[in-house]
Amino acid sequence: MAGIGGAETTGKKVGWGLLNAVVVIYALFPVLWIVSLSFKSSKTLADGNFIPREWSLENYENIFSTTEFTRALINSIGIALIATAIAVVFGTMAAYAIARLDFPGKNLLVGVSLLIAMFPQVSLVSPLFEIERGLGLFDTWPGLILPYITFALPLAIYTLSAFFREIPWELEKAAKMDGATPGQAFRRVIAPLAAPGVFTTAILVFIFCWNDFLFAISLTSTEQSRTVPVALSFFTGSSQFEDPAGSIAAAAVVITIPIILFVLFFQRRIVAGLTSGAVKG
Amino acid sequence: MAEIVLDKVSKRYPDGALAVQDVNLEIADGEFIILVGPSGCGKSTTLNMIAGLEDITEGELRIGGQRVNEKAPKDRDIAMVFQSYALYPHMTVKENMAFPLRLAKVDNATVERKVREAAEILDLSQHLERKPSNLSGGQRQRVAMGRAIVRNPKAFLMDEPLSNLDAKLRVQMRTSVSRLQKQLGTTTVYVTHDQTEAMTLGDRVVVMRGGVVQQIGAPQFLYDHPANLFVAGFIGSPSMNFVPATLENGSLRSVLGDCVLTDRVRQLVEGADAPREVIMGIRPEHFEDAALVDAATLSSGGKFTSQVDVLESMGSDKYAYFTLTGEQAASAELQELAADAGSDDVPGDGISLVTRLSSSSGAVEGASADIWFDADKIQLFDPSTGRNLTYTER
Repeated sequence: MAGIGGAETTGKKVGWGLLNAVVVIYALFPVLWIVSLSFKSSKTLADGNFIPREWSLENYENIFSTTEFTRALINSIGIALIATAIAVVFGTMAAYAIARLDFPGKNLLVGVSLLIAMFPQVSLVSPLFEIERGLGLFDTWPGLILPYITFALPLAIYTLSAFFREIPWELEKAAKMDGATPGQAFRRVIAPLAAPGVFTTAILVFIFCWNDFLFAISLTSTEQSRTVPVALSFFTGSSQFEDPAGSIAAAAVVITIPIILFVLFFQRRIVAGLTSGAVKG
Repeated sequence: MAEIVLDKVSKRYPDGALAVQDVNLEIADGEFIILVGPSGCGKSTTLNMIAGLEDITEGELRIGGQRVNEKAPKDRDIAMVFQSYALYPHMTVKENMAFPLRLAKVDNATVERKVREAAEILDLSQHLERKPSNLSGGQRQRVAMGRAIVRNPKAFLMDEPLSNLDAKLRVQMRTSVSRLQKQLGTTTVYVTHDQTEAMTLGDRVVVMRGGVVQQIGAPQFLYDHPANLFVAGFIGSPSMNFVPATLENGSLRSVLGDCVLTDRVRQLVEGADAPREVIMGIRPEHFEDAALVDAATLSSGGKFTSQVDVLESMGSDKYAYFTLTGEQAASAELQELAADAGSDDVPGDGISLVTRLSSSSGAVEGASADIWFDADKIQLFDPSTGRNLTYTER
């Protein structure tokens, strides 16, 4: 009996393992291809080999040799971090109010934020372009940060209010009885418990800002505020007949690294079941 | 430590619902007072108003002689134990207990000492570094108590603190809560829906129904002298038996046979301007097997004969259950009590009666038995108002 059961689990394990392997390969293959391209020299770029015949750092040296890419990298990191920080702070406050309070216009607020999230961004590009030129925000950091916050906030509010609803309200009452001001109750009891939600939201918002191409290409014109996804599209070879694919591949690998770091860093904070043990049942 | 005074305190919700109406209550310094009643009677709302978690619509709340209506919970210096314990899951037991002290900016050495003292009292010393999720229900309950006692508040408020524990542990914790309160001598307001907790724990018990205080008094007094049908039916387990009866020339006619009122009862009834149709209430222990009662006593009470439905022998006593033919006593208060006990939809023809007999009784299940009851112990109620017609302060 045990033998049959054991065989069955082994069979299942192999089956699941294969399925997982297929999914992982399917997802990672393009990434590996890009990595492979980035290490090829310009001569072997188009040879179709998966493993480069001669490894070279030529492409990486290229992209870092001019300010075009490094400047864009700084812009991207700065803009995405600032937009994420602001969106998460405001999103936390708004989500807390929505989850805990009953105030007039609450449903309207939720509805409007949902509306913003669903609005096709491409239809906003031309008006935003005109507005930002009028206000002198065109081709500046705030010119990108503002629309990013606008579109990230509904996302942040939605994710966070779901997390806040999970936290037992009695904990806040208990904190008040223990002598906490509403601010202290929020900072010392509610916020630490909502931390997994805050970090999850931060990751989502950061990725959204980091990956955006539409706003970045429409609302910037120079290196001063151009972000990496846009800078990539402006890459050219050393002559106009040279294919910049190698450089683009190298840059793509470089801009993937911050995202991986960001996720890995915050993943540790996302501990499921942090509220267990607070209340019985 | 301080006394708490509720002066005509009312709570009305924005939708107009009146949750608590004109509660007058003076809680003495160091007193252990119980708010008891079925769910939705306003006991928790009253407690939350004392805590400051809910606003007081009307009336005044004074703690230690000071009006605190407008004060935030943190400025009232009272501690609360919640039904769900509400422990902070991201803090260890020690941090949980130290939290009120940290907020009060107490220095480290004092915090350390007070937490250790509280942990010792509550037998939590070996669990100080653990997180609440790794504790058992009883331990969590004790941590919640510990968090309340560390800062020597003016009063403790407890909102059904034992109702999440299993039966055995609840009895055990009940004794420790009582002992702890005596030891600390802190004014305590305790909310429960369990009449046993109310009877065993409190110095005084406040029975509430529909936001209105029904009666305030010592547990034994409420048991012996309930002000109305509701209190009579709520306090006591098994609860009082209610039988419709008719008053006729100083005697009482019911399915339990005719019985002459004793002088004491007759005087009370006359003074109370009683109607003809009344509800007779009699507690299980005021019945006895007629064969065990001597002739002189027998004549001072009523007697009936009926078939024993069920007989439960508890060793020290026997509980005999009867079903008598007749209409059940009808009143809004009795209906509410039945609904709270969940027995309102149990089909029952006739009047069910619970009697407690001596263990030497020869009553047999399924056979007929002669049962005597003490006429001096009966209580008579007005079916329309529920008022106790035989109520006396003594």
